[in-house]
Amino acid sequence: MNKPIRTISIFCMVLFLALMANATYLQYWQADALTKDARNRRIIQEAFSRERGAILVSRNPVAESVETDDEYKFQRTYPQPFKYAPITGWFSYYSQTGIEQSQNDVLSGDDSRLFVTRLVDLVNGNNTEGGRVSLTIDPAAQTAAFDGLRALGDDVQGAVVAIEPSTGKVLANASLPTYDPNLLASHDFASVSENYDRLNADPAKPLLNRGIQTTLPPGSTFKLVTAAAAIESGNWDASSTVPAGATYQLPETRGPTGLIDNDGRTQCDPKQVPFEVAMEYSCNTTFAQLGIEVGAEAMLEQAEAFGFNDHYLDDLGPQAVSVYPVGANKPQTGQAAIGQFDVRATPLQMAMVAAGIANGGVVMRPYYVDEVQSADLDILDKTTPSELSRAVSATTANELTKLMVATVAEGTASPGAIAGVEVAGKTGTAQSGVEGKPPYAWYVSFAPADDPQVAVAVMIESVPGQDTDEIAGGLLGGPIAKAVMEAVIR
Amino acid sequence: MSQSGMIMEFVHRRRRGAELFLLVLALAVGVGAYAAVGLGVEGEIPTGILTYGGWLTGLVIVAHVVVRFVAPYADPVLLPIVAALNGLGLAIIHRLDLSLDTTYARQQLTWMTLGVLLFVVTLLVLRDHRVLQRFTYTSGLAAIVLLLLPLVPGLGTEINGAQIWINVGPFSFQPGEVAKLLLVVTFAGYLVLHRDALALAGRRVLFVDLPRGRDLGPILLMWLISLGILVFQTDLGSSLLFFGLFLIMLYVATERAGWLIVGGGLFLGGALLAYRFESHVRVRVDTWLHPFDFYDDADGAKSYQLVESMFGMGWGGLLGRGLGLGMPQRIPRAESDFIMGALGEELGLTGVIAVIVLYGLIVERALRAALICRDGFGKLMAVGLGSVVALQVFVVVGGVTRLIPLTGLTTPFLSYGGSSLVANWVLIALLLRISDHARRPAPMLATDDDADAEATQVVKMQVDEGANR
Repeated sequence: MNKPIRTISIFCMVLFLALMANATYLQYWQADALTKDARNRRIIQEAFSRERGAILVSRNPVAESVETDDEYKFQRTYPQPFKYAPITGWFSYYSQTGIEQSQNDVLSGDDSRLFVTRLVDLVNGNNTEGGRVSLTIDPAAQTAAFDGLRALGDDVQGAVVAIEPSTGKVLANASLPTYDPNLLASHDFASVSENYDRLNADPAKPLLNRGIQTTLPPGSTFKLVTAAAAIESGNWDASSTVPAGATYQLPETRGPTGLIDNDGRTQCDPKQVPFEVAMEYSCNTTFAQLGIEVGAEAMLEQAEAFGFNDHYLDDLGPQAVSVYPVGANKPQTGQAAIGQFDVRATPLQMAMVAAGIANGGVVMRPYYVDEVQSADLDILDKTTPSELSRAVSATTANELTKLMVATVAEGTASPGAIAGVEVAGKTGTAQSGVEGKPPYAWYVSFAPADDPQVAVAVMIESVPGQDTDEIAGGLLGGPIAKAVMEAVIR
Repeated sequence: MSQSGMIMEFVHRRRRGAELFLLVLALAVGVGAYAAVGLGVEGEIPTGILTYGGWLTGLVIVAHVVVRFVAPYADPVLLPIVAALNGLGLAIIHRLDLSLDTTYARQQLTWMTLGVLLFVVTLLVLRDHRVLQRFTYTSGLAAIVLLLLPLVPGLGTEINGAQIWINVGPFSFQPGEVAKLLLVVTFAGYLVLHRDALALAGRRVLFVDLPRGRDLGPILLMWLISLGILVFQTDLGSSLLFFGLFLIMLYVATERAGWLIVGGGLFLGGALLAYRFESHVRVRVDTWLHPFDFYDDADGAKSYQLVESMFGMGWGGLLGRGLGLGMPQRIPRAESDFIMGALGEELGLTGVIAVIVLYGLIVERALRAALICRDGFGKLMAVGLGSVVALQVFVVVGGVTRLIPLTGLTTPFLSYGGSSLVANWVLIALLLRISDHARRPAPMLATDDDADAEATQVVKMQVDEGANR
């Protein structure tokens, strides 16, 4: 019987070899495809239970992983949830947003810059801890922005963005209404789903970072761009006189729809006024005429030089693109020149307009991530500021600064004035275009005018029960901008 | 044959010292894995490690001492392999317990104790395996009764769609695991008597000797029993195991490949019939071909277990996540049928290959014992026991790794399951008994050898015995 026993041995060997070959196929060749399958909860769960690096604001964590006893080992917590939620975003079992999403590779430890750290951890048998992300945010400015917005009342919708003009560092980015990311990072998944559905369905859109994700008509603050285009054209400077008037009928139009007025600001009534007066009192008739005078093409170029119609934010997203209409005709250009028609801007964009003027005409690319650090605080990468564009010449920037300083000193932007510091600013009000919805109030400024350290844009979408016309808008936004500027300068 | 001539000159050493050394390694695997699980899951060596390690060591020492005294020439590799597999299985079940808050490992240790006890009893009571030949028909009858038991109303329970369990008081019991041992005895006893009739008569068709029609009786009967298990107990795995076992033993007994052709044809026919008329067989084949289509489908996620296991093994990769550091608790019933999935996830391809090689060694040792065994009954039994292990491992591991459609069987020595563990310990006891008999120096030499050779043999044996003491 030995011959068949040998045959059976070979048969059994074939069976076992087949098992080994198949196991090798499954665990070696097929492993990658299995790992990439979207339904593979192991991969999701592993990411969720890793010790993620902290997100820091001047060395204090605004998001960190704290050890827990449950199966996920670490709980993501946000010590100052409402103030920083628009920036940090949230890290839930199902999704991530904000810095948590854009810097996920660093925070989770997968980034190639953390390779050496990972290797050392592997050799030492430590669990890999993710890298840390240090933000450009100035905590004092962020607090001033957040508190200022909140002080306007309940249910306020608005945002504040502050930038360091010389670098593009975002110093503050507050947005209201906001939310508690701790609710979405919880390990109680049923309540996470419930909270997410509730927040997502809220008509006030608390999950939006209004600083970068909401575009609204910028109204009179856009007159800075118009003024920039006018001065760049060489026909005017800060000491010129400019056309004005109580009303101005847009070319090719007839009747009240094409008629521009000044909301009762009689300083604009003369046919010609000094440029400073036109800026101080935000004369619509002046800027509509200037816009038409320099032409649609020059206006578009100027707006795009400040960043309109462009994606420029790399480390936080998704960014809403600010819009200046292409191919506008004359009456449309007149409307666009005073920040109406199809012009839309994010608060960040308007802060960049102010920052560009403050920085001698050079617009720096805005950024949120200052440094990437390993878990043991070695600096792995530091963002170097980069130039986004040269919006206007240094001379033009200087002329614009003069106009803005005058606007704060004597005009509509006076609520932003700081004792002992020269502040350059501009208010704005934009018709919402929706029946019954109050206009949007804007305020952009920078300070100190001779050595700018901070540029701010305040946008107030709605404050229930408050008037938001040109002067009132300045009264609402001005003090917030002032507080933020003071927080940076002091 | 030249081989048998060689065997007569070659005298096996007892090698009990080697067995002891290998057992120490096996214990290191079992206790080490248990400690690693504690480190992986809780970050510290479990407090019960000494009691646990002590208990495991005690069991292994008892087994070793009994083998040393009652089966001194038995194969020295089998017991250490089994100890290592059993220890590894306990560690993985313990690891799943920690995640799922169950106490399977504790029960498994109790079953292992019972298994070792029966192992010892088998070796003590059964001093010569040929005694079993007397129970050919008794054990055949017992096997059929055992296989029918789960169908008795009130006694049988259906678990995971297969009616292969019976409840006796608080215990549930899988009679199929015991039946496979009884069937090996029956087949060996029957075939050793009837092999000539089955082998000699027949007709030659195209280079293949086909058996006579009237000799087809037993194979048809076995085919019907297997089909019956498949249809009435919906147990694909056992059906395949029993029929495959019978075919292999029939082939070895008759030395005629024709039986394999006939049997293979019957198997294919049965499989096609089952696929056509049995919905659960069709489900198994469909989930094998397209597992990802059934992972989360609305009507019941039929391949959830298989795909979770594949995700786990893929995630484990070459070296595994490390004991206690994966998520094998995601696989439903990972402690029994899918324990290879859990092992692949935490110990990686390396661990899987190592375990497959260990099983391969058990089979190799069984077939080696069959080769050198002097009596036909012993040869057939050793082949049968080895084939049972080979087929069972192939069916269950192949099913878990998606080489073949999934069928429900336990992984010998690794899986949680009392009846399976106890039966497999007895299986090893039987193999040791046969190999002890086969390797023992022959007291009586074949008649065609000359007197000088005989005398030399006797002297050699005594010297050998003296040297070992």
